[in-house]
Parts: sequence; structure tokens; C-alpha cells
Amino acid sequence: MSTHTANTDGTNHDAHDHGHHHETFISKYVFSMDHKMIAKQFLITGIIMGVIGMMMSLIFRLQLAYPDMKFPFLESVIGQWGKDGKLDPNFYLALITIHGTIMVFYVLTAGLSGTFSNLLIPLQVGARDMASPFMNMLSYWFFFLSSIVLLSSLFVDGGPASAGWTVYPPLSALPKAIPGSGTGMTLWLVAIILFIASALLGGINYITTVLNMRTKGMKMTRMPLTIWAFFITAVLGLLSFPVLLGAGLLLIFDRSFGTSFYLNEIVAELAGGIERVGGSPVLYQHLFWFLGHPEVYIILLPALGITSEVIATNSRKPIFGYRAMIGSILAIAFLSFIVWGHHMFITGMNPFLGSVFMLGTLIIAVPSAVKTFNYLATLWKGNLHLTPAMMFAIGLVSFFISGGLTGIYLGNAALDINLHDTYFVVAHFHLVMGSAAIFGMLSGIYHWFPRMFGRMMNNTLGYIHFWLTLISAYCVFFPMHFMGLAGVPRRYYANTAYDQFNVFVDMNQFVTIAAIIGGAAQLLFLINFFGSIFKGKRAPQNPWNSNTLEWTAPVKHIHGNWPGDIPYVYRWPYDYSKPGSELDFIPQNIPDADQTDPLDEPKPVHFDLKNTTMPLVENKEA
Amino acid sequence: MANSATLTTDTRSQWGGGKSPFSISYGKLMMWIFLLSDAFTFSSLLVSYGFVRYSFSGNLETPWPSPDQVFNHFPFLHGMHLPLMFVSLMTFILIFSSVTMVLAVEAGHRMAKKEVAKYMFLTIIGGAAFLGCQAWEWSQFITGSEAGKLMSDGSIFHGANLSMNEYGPVAFADLFFIVTGFHGMHVFSGVVLNIIIFIQVLNGTFEKRGHYEMVEKVGLYWHFVDLVWVFVFTFYYLI
Repeated sequence: MSTHTANTDGTNHDAHDHGHHHETFISKYVFSMDHKMIAKQFLITGIIMGVIGMMMSLIFRLQLAYPDMKFPFLESVIGQWGKDGKLDPNFYLALITIHGTIMVFYVLTAGLSGTFSNLLIPLQVGARDMASPFMNMLSYWFFFLSSIVLLSSLFVDGGPASAGWTVYPPLSALPKAIPGSGTGMTLWLVAIILFIASALLGGINYITTVLNMRTKGMKMTRMPLTIWAFFITAVLGLLSFPVLLGAGLLLIFDRSFGTSFYLNEIVAELAGGIERVGGSPVLYQHLFWFLGHPEVYIILLPALGITSEVIATNSRKPIFGYRAMIGSILAIAFLSFIVWGHHMFITGMNPFLGSVFMLGTLIIAVPSAVKTFNYLATLWKGNLHLTPAMMFAIGLVSFFISGGLTGIYLGNAALDINLHDTYFVVAHFHLVMGSAAIFGMLSGIYHWFPRMFGRMMNNTLGYIHFWLTLISAYCVFFPMHFMGLAGVPRRYYANTAYDQFNVFVDMNQFVTIAAIIGGAAQLLFLINFFGSIFKGKRAPQNPWNSNTLEWTAPVKHIHGNWPGDIPYVYRWPYDYSKPGSELDFIPQNIPDADQTDPLDEPKPVHFDLKNTTMPLVENKEA
Repeated sequence: MANSATLTTDTRSQWGGGKSPFSISYGKLMMWIFLLSDAFTFSSLLVSYGFVRYSFSGNLETPWPSPDQVFNHFPFLHGMHLPLMFVSLMTFILIFSSVTMVLAVEAGHRMAKKEVAKYMFLTIIGGAAFLGCQAWEWSQFITGSEAGKLMSDGSIFHGANLSMNEYGPVAFADLFFIVTGFHGMHVFSGVVLNIIIFIQVLNGTFEKRGHYEMVEKVGLYWHFVDLVWVFVFTFYYLI
């Protein structure tokens, strides 16, 4: 039996995706049901949100560095919030809140997972499209609507939500608590509920596609690590976002209908005329962080998956410890559900409970270290192709280490008494989940840009972008550790009232200047990204000599991904530099000489150190 | 020996791609996954219920009321103390509608259109009856007893709403409205889905399609809603 006969069994989507029906502009670019187009929609929306979030951070960094100076241009940018060039303190709180919300949910959850899960899951597992293209489209439009609602809250009376991105009660539960607790907070909740709907629609689709629609031969242990990461990320989102939905529901009732789930004995005068009794703000924190902690890994796992793929491809070596990588993803996912209490050590939680949460938290260091060492071992003595994507992937590893180490301090219940709510925390999570995940995302963009747009990005601009971003990110976040250790609290409008923090005036200015340079560096990326869409060099079929299936599909996007039959898969995705092979890579759809059944494993290679010929390297860059 | 060999080949080809590892369609798998996530939504509400209720343990001033004393009414039987009789009837109706749903799914496997329609109809009736009972239960709860409760300002308050409650702490009423209301919303959407499927059955949509899988999918949802009620009933009424 020929191995390339029609792939008829199980893929019940072939039929309706093959139809070459007439496409209008709206069905192709707007309400598209093609996963590749939806991925681009997610990416571009994510980039726009990222730019907005970054600009906000620059405005409040300016305030932190120069609390006494006036910036007349502010008034023309943010109007009444920057009267006479001074940032309004209430708007400062609004800015940090919306900056956090945008970066965590809109850029690093939807922008990262939404883009690459959509682009890569069908292409890398060998499916014509997502299980339900319609739900996939809905997922994007719920996300889009959610972004619009969130941004519209910038223009309402009282300003947007200002209780921090975690929106703790009572600031979020009492509409009269601070200016941002009014309409802005209501819109925040509406936006997040729409976002949850989007995440669930997407997640259900990702999981189903990975489980049900792999092509023949694509065993679970032959899936690229990207797919493993997206799959587990979707599971995390599916199990944790509903809890945020429950928390949001109760918060809406507290705000609008006079209940008191999160309010404990607040006098009627403050609480809008109704006596509040019987609830507890700690309940909200438990519910929020049951989402909030897995959310950290919803952000990080896709970035780590992308890194695994990019590092293996560009080291021309199999990923070190493939099964250990899968195991560590699973371990991180499981542990992430039982450590949420480490965000609440000082809320008055029982100290014994604190020690349980601390134990779980510190255990996460083990699978994280497994991943880190596997990356290093993959790089070790590899034939490194330092493409911009590879640089960003290595940058991720760097941030993952330097940010991860401080996690061990913060996971300790006793040290947390000193460190909580200081700039140490800000430094920690901006390195380990902020910068690391952004670097993973950028790595993915540089690596799969040819796949997305059929053109190459400019390498020189890519390298400048990388170095400027890496250096400025470290310059921004590293000094914050010292400020945090000295006790500088986060979320303060100005620290001028405290003499002991005067030593940090210069450091704050340094951080802000570094942040501005980092922001400017992103302009290079935007020029490169949007310029290359139209003017970039035409991409070859397989620009990085990669093994995964997406590079076997035609460069020009078509409905159903492959013109003929879906390729079968005969091997794992990491056969790089396999001894005895002519080329230094063997794509997954190429069978071994005597391999007829895709389910059989290719013959293992026995190393004979004396007589091994190293495989040739195809079209090495000139 | 031969047996174990076939077994390994089976699991191998089961997970080897090119087909669903559970041999089910993507739609049914999606329904399972959705239900799993919805279970977490209900869990978050029930956990909140436990959290709030626990905070009232040992509180003698405003003790958590005993459900026996609150839910002891029955339609047309005034002035009788019938603890939890009505809610037991509701529970029975809902569970019975699950039975008729199972029969509808089973008839669907046999492609027996008439029977599917009959049992779908009975399921819809059961769901609607449950919703009617819940409406009565809510109105009874909201109206309250004749005695009422003396408030701090000297007035007497009957029944309960989201910010006042004659039976005990306000949180008791709040959680009752939210948890049973959220569940009732699920039952309502289930009834709507069932009606849509029922109409499609009558129109012969599934006969043309060659299978009654949609009935199975709404069936899954319906059983889930019933299962959740068992938990709501246990936590809210029994303990």
C-alpha cells in the first residue's frame, strides 16, 4: 500500500474546506473563518494594544522620574488628566491599572496565544483548519469587542478602572470609592467578561483540534513542543477563566445590586446607602488568584513552546530531553493551580496555609529548571544560526533565569512580609513574565513571519531591535530590585514624601530614560513588521530548514492549508543533524527508506564515533 | 500474548493521529470540554458559598438559618410545616427529565424519529415544570412569612431581597438568588436548546443527516445541568 494515499479517515473537514466559493473582502479579511487570517487579526490587534499599553507606561514612568517637573505636552496628549503638564494622581492609578490589564490579558494572553495557537495548531498537527472555524471567528470578535470596551473606558466620567489590574475590593466594589471605581470599573468588568468568552471559545477549539484532528502519524509524542505548550495553555485557560467569571459576577452584584460578598462591615454612608456586612475582600482575592496564577503560565507557556521550537531549529540539534520538556509543561500546569495563595501571604491567611502554598511554589522551580537546562543543553555545541528569532529566544532564556531566581525569594512566605507590594515584585514579574513572554512573542513573530505573510523581515533591523530591547529591558527592571529591597512601594504616585527614598531619584530617572529608549526601539520593530508585509523579500518554502509541517504547506495561503492530501507524519519534529542523513534536517512528513506505516518509529541511529559523517548543511547563509 | 499485542496496536492507532482518540466527533468533544469549564464556574460560586457560610459559624447574633425552617411551604397547603418537600419534588422532576433525555438519545441511536420526538417533548415539559417550580419557590422566598422580622428602625420586613432578609444574614438570600438563579439560567438555556432540537427532529433534519448526534450533545448539557442541581441542592438545602 502506498503511504501517500488519500487521508480519508477521521478528517471530516476536508469536504467543506475544499470548496472554492467566492470570497468578498469582508469574508476574507474581516469576518474570516480561516485560522491563518484570524491569527493575523489577533496579532495586529495585539500589537496595537501593546503600543497603547507601552505608551501608558512611558507616561507614568515620566511622572515617577520627574515628580516635580511639568511636561506641557501631556496636556495635549491626555487633556484634563494632564492639566498644566502635571499628571493627575487619579489618572496615574488609572494608567497603571489599564497598562497591567492590557499587557496581561490583551497582549500576552490573546495577542500571544491567540496568534500562535491559531496559526500553528492546524498547520503543525496537519489539519485543514480549526475544529470549528466559526467559533474561532467568534473568539476573535469577542476579543475585539472586549478591546473596544476597555479602551472606551478611557473616555468616561471619572476615568477608567483604577484599582490596579487585580481590581481588589473595596476599591472595585464600591462605585464611589475613587473616581475610577464608577463607570470605568463597570466597563472593565464588561470587557473582562467578553474577554473570558473569547478565551473559552478559543480554548475549546484549540484543545479539540489538538486531540481530534492530528494527521495520521502525528502521535502525541511526535507533536512539536509548540503544540504541547499551546494545548496545555488552552487547558489552563479553560479551567481558570471560569473562576474569574464567577468572581466577576459576584463583583457586579456587589457593585450594582447591593450585595456584600466582598465587603465586610462598611458603613452605609460610604457604601451607597446600604449597610454592608458579612462578606470578605479575601474571598475575591482567592477567586481572582485561582485564575491569576495559572494566568502567569497561560502567558509564559506559549512563549516557552515557541522558544523550544526556535532554539532546536536554529541550533540544528534535536531539542534536549523532549519528553522531559513535555513532563515539565504538565508539571508546571498542575502546580500552577495549587499555588495561588503565594499572592496572598500577608492578607491574614492562616500561616500554616501559607507554608503549604510556599512549598508548592518552590517546587515549581524544579520543572522550570528542567526547561532552562534543556534549553542550555540544546544550545550546547549546536550549529547556531543566530537569526533574530534565535536571538530573542535566547533572550527569553536569559530573562527566564534572572526573573525566575527572584521568584524563589518571593515564594517564601517569610521574605514576602518584607518584599510584598514593593518594586521587587514589579521587577520580578516584569522580567519573568513580562519581558520573557514578550521576547517569546517577538521570537515567534520573526520566526513565523514568512509563514504568516509570505515575506521575510529585515535581519539588520531585527538585530538592532533585539539588542536595544534586551539592554533597555534589563536597565529598566534590574534596578527596581534594589529599590524594592529598600522598601519602595509599588503603585505610588510619587515617593517624594519619604526622605529615605531620595537616594533613588537618580535611579528612577535612569529607569525612565531606559524605558524611553526601549520604547523607541519598538518603533524599529513596527517599521520592520509593517514594512516587510509589503516590501519584504519573498519568502522561500522553508526559510529556516525546519522540520515541522507548516513549512510543507504552500507559501501562498490557501483554504485548507495543503492543496492535495494532508501529509502523513513519520517521525518526531526534531530530526536535526541526524547522522547518516544527507541534509541536516528531515521534515516530519519524510519516511525512512523502509518505513511504510506512519505509526512505526524510524530506525534509531547507532552512533559510531569513528565513522560518522556529519550531515551537510543546506544553503548556509552566504 | 496475541491479545496484548492487539491491545497495544489499538491504543497505538487510537492516539496515532488521523482519527479521534476517543472515537467521537469534534462537536461532542467540544461539549465535554465546555462542560468541564462550566463546572469550574459553578465550583467558584459554590466555593464562595462555603467561604461565606463558614464565616458565620459560631455567630449567635445572626446565625445561618436552617433551610428546613425557610423552605417549608407547598402550594395549596397553607400553614403546614413541610420541610424541603417542594424542593424534593423539583429535584425529582429534574432528574426524571434526565431519564426521558436518556430515552430520547437511545431512540436516536435506533433512528426512531417518533420516539425521539416524544421523549424530547417530555424532557422539555420536565425542564419547564422545574423552572415553574423555581419561580414559585423564589416568589415564596421573596414574599416571606406573615410574621416577618423586626428591623432596627422598628419596621417589620417580610421576605428577602438582595439587601434585606427576614430569615437571617443577607448573604443567605444573596447566595440563594445567585446560585439558584445562575443554575436556573442554565436550565432555561437548556430548555431553549431542547426546543430547537425538538423542532429539528419534527422537521426530519436529523433523519436526513443520518444521525441524531445533536440530541446527544444537548443531552450531555442537560445531564450536566441536572448534576449541578444535585450539588446545589445538597449544599443549599441539605447541609
